[in-house]
Amino acid sequence: MLMSEDRRSYTLDSTLETVDNAEQAASEIAAANGFGEDEVLQIAMAVREAAVNAVLHGNAYDPDKKVRLDFERTKGDLVITIRDQGKGLDLGKIPDPLSPENLLKTSGRGIFLIRSFMDVVEIHPSQTGTEIKLIKHVRGTPAAGKEASQ
Amino acid sequence: MNLKTSNRQVDGITIVDCSGRITLGEGSVVLRDSVKDLLTKGQKKILLNLGDVNYIDSSGIGELVSAYTTVKNQGGELKLLNLTKKVHDLLQITKLYTVFDVRDDETTAVKSFR
Repeated sequence: MLMSEDRRSYTLDSTLETVDNAEQAASEIAAANGFGEDEVLQIAMAVREAAVNAVLHGNAYDPDKKVRLDFERTKGDLVITIRDQGKGLDLGKIPDPLSPENLLKTSGRGIFLIRSFMDVVEIHPSQTGTEIKLIKHVRGTPAAGKEASQ
Repeated sequence: MNLKTSNRQVDGITIVDCSGRITLGEGSVVLRDSVKDLLTKGQKKILLNLGDVNYIDSSGIGELVSAYTTVKNQGGELKLLNLTKKVHDLLQITKLYTVFDVRDDETTAVKSFR
């Protein structure tokens, strides 16, 4: 469990195993921090999708490039940051998967699902990689915060 | 658990019973190969039973869309059966629920094929 104001970090290879590991870590940390079953699933899935983007589209499976995954529990939030070392996501090229012309496309739903499942999503592309920050508010923060500090 | 599939025939319809996860990597490949194999054999009326699929990610959703369009383009029909709540909710928020023909009763689903 992440204690209040606590942080856990991972540096991961650009592999499919990383995607599964990131999802698993997110699931365990979300559950340990008092999120309900549906929210745990949503958080884990958002992290999985972000990890897929980092491994596939960011680092392009390059064995020399790593994915950095940080979990931080603040007083009111679970904050998850995923960074890759790719060329930087072009935000202008993210399609709207709900528009009729994209509905039957076989890809392009990852960011949409992340935004659907998390309370706040910040994407910061740069020439040295993309950082995506995922925030989920802890409901009933006072009780959850008390529990987290025990 | 990665995806496992098994096929059975009911009144000329191929029912593909799926269990596990349809995710990037092996799960998506299993589904793709399964549908491809059926089309190769000329079995173009396919009912995907997703009753034991407990998890699907965006790649898995893409694989379902790919299966649907591939079968349709070859003059066949692909329908979905027994969605779990998680998969149902995902198809709802991605607006794909109305694209797929989704059924919750096998007998009526089999009869619905032309």
